[in-house]
Order: sequence, then structure tokens, then C-alpha cells
Amino acid sequence: MAGSIAAAPPRKRKRRNGERRLAFWLLLPAILAVFGIILYPLYRTVLISLFEVKSAVAVDPPFIGLGNFQEALSSPGLWSATGRTLYFTLVSTGIELVLGFLVAWLLNKKFRGRWIVQALIILPWALPTIVNAAMWKGIYNAQYGALNGLLSQLGLIDQYQVWLADPFLSLNLVIIADAWKTTPLVAIFLLAGLTAIPSEIYEAARVDRAGPIRSFFSMTLPLLAPSIALVLVLRTVEAIKVFDIIYAMTRGGPANGTQTISYYAYVTAFSEQNYGLGSAIALIVLLIVLVLSTVYLRLMRRSEMSML
Amino acid sequence: MKPSRTSQFFTYLLAVVVSVCCIAPLAWTAFASIAKQSDIVAKPARWWPSELYLDRYREILFNPDSSVGSAFRAALMNSLVVGASTVAISMAVGILGAYAFARLNFPFRRTTLMVFLVTYMLPQISLLIPLYMILNQLGLLDTKLGLILVNTSLVVPFTLWILSNYFMTIPKELEEAARIDGTTRLGALFRIILPSARPGIFAAVMFSFLLAWDEFMYALIFTATDASKTIPVAISEFAGRYTTDFGLVAAGGLIAAIPPVIIALVFQRQIVSGLAAGAVKG
Repeated sequence: MAGSIAAAPPRKRKRRNGERRLAFWLLLPAILAVFGIILYPLYRTVLISLFEVKSAVAVDPPFIGLGNFQEALSSPGLWSATGRTLYFTLVSTGIELVLGFLVAWLLNKKFRGRWIVQALIILPWALPTIVNAAMWKGIYNAQYGALNGLLSQLGLIDQYQVWLADPFLSLNLVIIADAWKTTPLVAIFLLAGLTAIPSEIYEAARVDRAGPIRSFFSMTLPLLAPSIALVLVLRTVEAIKVFDIIYAMTRGGPANGTQTISYYAYVTAFSEQNYGLGSAIALIVLLIVLVLSTVYLRLMRRSEMSML
Repeated sequence: MKPSRTSQFFTYLLAVVVSVCCIAPLAWTAFASIAKQSDIVAKPARWWPSELYLDRYREILFNPDSSVGSAFRAALMNSLVVGASTVAISMAVGILGAYAFARLNFPFRRTTLMVFLVTYMLPQISLLIPLYMILNQLGLLDTKLGLILVNTSLVVPFTLWILSNYFMTIPKELEEAARIDGTTRLGALFRIILPSARPGIFAAVMFSFLLAWDEFMYALIFTATDASKTIPVAISEFAGRYTTDFGLVAAGGLIAAIPPVIIALVFQRQIVSGLAAGAVKG
């Protein structure tokens, strides 16, 4: 390649330079938008995390090196928030994968009224996150919530419960609200993977008298692996960053029971006005996301290689 | 081979269960938005309004003297302005950049595209603090312009990705024929690529709008008054303040859900196939 560049006639080289210049100008707006509003602020976050910044307009704040990180890592609040975030991520992604597969499997079948189901599952996905949070907050409400109304009419509870009073229960109820909205997306992704599997494979399995369970584990699952991996990466990254639904449903309560790590960083920076410490925690969130997505990408690449 | 009767039965059973799960929470919210407060708090619970009660919709949509209503209407307008501007800017930026990625040869092409994509993984919280300080210095806190700028940074990676993938599917020959006739590269972009990329452009517009309409964290921190508060911020304030008046929250929430839900239902096929294409390509 390098030799051919050197040997290229001047006219061709000129054209290539023109192309590079054009590419630069065409990309300049995107570079300004993304680098100016993402990478430069990220660099500033790193800087702020090294100083003791206790005001948004602080002048000459004292440099404390990794002091903020030390303080963050030695505070029990960070560790319990991390634990809750991992629990949230694991359980919500798990529920979404299982239910999403069920819905995808259903939509991959031919039956009358299939288009209605497909239109209906789009609804939760399209609902704005905050509206979804407000809706579920109403459903769980202790005085008028639909959950109390339904369970007591079914005779499953004697009296109305205050659902969002117990910290651990609240975390699980937020997970249900989140899973309701995001399962459709997972289902659509998995459906795309399922429709790509040729039906001849199943017929061959039937000829070989493989039962439905065996054909699921030995054929559907491996063939669906790339779609599952992609969904897993997307949902895990989103779940670790979770903030909006927590803010709108519980504000991290009760007793910090739903305080995830992003929310913890937000409270530290904007409620306690400790911007340095908040930045350090935010960078820890970033680090978790980066480590997990790298691990995933490695695993994906390896599984692709083994499939080849 | 015909599916057995039991498997058909389970298919329909599952279809009904899935449909009910999707619709029930929304149906109850719709009920609460048009039912009198006495119906909402009735014990045993009621599931159907005793009479149609539309005062909440009237208040938040039309009543000029209601502070709740004027805050809601201001937020609706802000969301529309911020959403439309974000989409317009992101599309312009995305179309130019995507053309470079799809058609031009330049060093570090793949790496640059990857850097743009990876920014999507970055948690907003890790940019929130400096952005707050920068917007504060520039006097852009609590302005729509400030929100449009930060939203654009979230949306551009998406438009770049969707559009450059789409542009690559357009045969190069179309463009080369025009170039031989003396059209410049930019001329070819506008006269050849854009018209044939209409479905891709359409999908990018839809996704950008949905993203901008749903954005919450930046809007929460960077806005303070009716001058720039968006719909998600207004709804979260409603939900925090009027916990006893769920009907009001429900009415506001359903109005806020109308634009994205209509987009999703009308363009269902494009959205599903757009997502699916991304999934298969992975």
C-alpha cells in the first residue's frame, strides 16, 4: 500500500489530498459538536475530580490529587450504591432477556392478530421515560394505586400496602417499572435474530426427532447468540447509568434503598455541592461502564471466532 | 406441517397475556386522567369512570389563569422547539459527516467513526458537572439554546451511524455517473445521495426526535424556569408535587406521550426494521 502511494502519479495524489481536505471540512461540525460538548467536558471532569471544588464558580480551588477518589472509595455510601446498581443491572437485564425472548418467540409465529400484539408492544417503548416513572409511581401509590386496588379485589391482600416504604422492595418495584418499558426493545432485537434463522434447520431437527427443549438449547440459543450479546451490552450499559426513572419515582429513597451510583454522584455534586467528589464518583461510573463493555466486546469477538 | 391444537392454544394465550400487560398500566392511567378524584380513590377500586371528567385536560391545555396549565404549555412549547432544533442541527451535521464516512478516503476513518460511537456509552453524569459550569460561564443556563447544544452532542453520534450505514448501501455508480457529467461531490450528495437515502434520513429524523423528546438529565440540571424547562422536567415536577392528584399527572403524562407514541405507531415498520438492521449488523 505504502509503495503504491509513493508511486502514484501527481494527479492522483492531488485528488487524494482533495478528498482528505473535503472529508475534514465535512466532519468538522460533527467533531466540534461531539468533541466540544463531550470530550472536552470529560477532560474537565477529570480535572475537577483532582481538586476540592465546593462551588460551581470556585476560583483557585485547592489541588488534592486523588483525595476525592480516596474519599469516595472509603465511603460506605459508594459501595452500597454500586451494589444496588449491579443488582438493578443484573435483575432488570435478566428479566428483559427472558420476557423479551418470550415475546420475540411469540411474534415469530404466525397467528391471527399478530399485528395487534406487535403494535401494542411498541407502546411501552415509545412512552417517555419520565411518564413511565410517573405512571408506575401512581400504580404503586398507597392510597389510590392500581396495584393495591387490584390485589385487594382479588383477595390477595387484606389492606392497602405502602409499597414504596421498604428499601429493598422499592428497588425491585422500580426494576419492574423499568423492565415494562424496555422489554419491547429487547424483543424487537431478538425477533430480528430469530427471523434470520432459516426454518429448514427446525425441520431437519424434527426429522432427527430432537425435542423442542433440545432444539432450543442446541440450535436456537447458539444461533441467536450474536443478537443476545448485542442486547446484553446495550441493556447493561443503560442499566448501569440508570438515573431518570430513579429520580422521578423515588428520588433514591426510601432510606437510600434505590440510590444507584449515578444518582449518588448527582446528589453529591448538586445537593451537597461537592463538585470534586461528585466528579470522582461520576468517573467511577464511567470506569465501570468501560470495563464491562470491554469485557463484553472481548467475549463477543471470541464467541464469533469460535463460531467461525 | 400444521401446528398442533395445544401449541395454537398457548400461542393465543401468550398473545393475550402480552397484550394485557402492555395495555393495562396505560389504560388505568387513561382512566385516572378522565375520572373524578372520588372515582380514583374509591374503595373498592373502580376501573371505569362514573362520568367523563375532562377538567384536567381543559386546565392544562387551555386555562390561561392556571399556573399548572401555563407551566405545562410552556414546557410543551420548549420541548417542541428544543426537539425540532436538535433534530435539524443533528441532521445537517450528520448528513455531511456521514457522507465523509461512507464515500471519502481519509486516514483513521474507522477509528474516528468508532470514537463517535463510543461516546454513546459515556454516562451523561460524567459530563454533567463541567457542562453546568461551562453553560453557566457562557450565560446559557436556563436557555433553550444551551439545551439544544447539549442535546445535539447526544444525537449526532446516532445520526452519523444511521446515515453512514444507509449511504453505504447506495450504489456508487449512481454518483459516479453524475460526477462524470461534471457534478461536484457536494452536488452529488444533495442531488443523488439525499433523494435515494430518503428512508434512512426519515429513520434518523424519527430517532433523533424521540431521543431529544425523552432527554431528562441535562434538562433537569440546566433549566430552572418556564423559559426552558422541557416536558420531562415538568412531568417529574408534577409527579413530585401533586402526589394526591394523580389524575393531573396522568393527563399531563398522556399528552406528553402523544408525539412519540404517534411516531412509533405510524412508523412502526420503519422503526422495527431500522432497529432490526442494527441488531443483525451488530
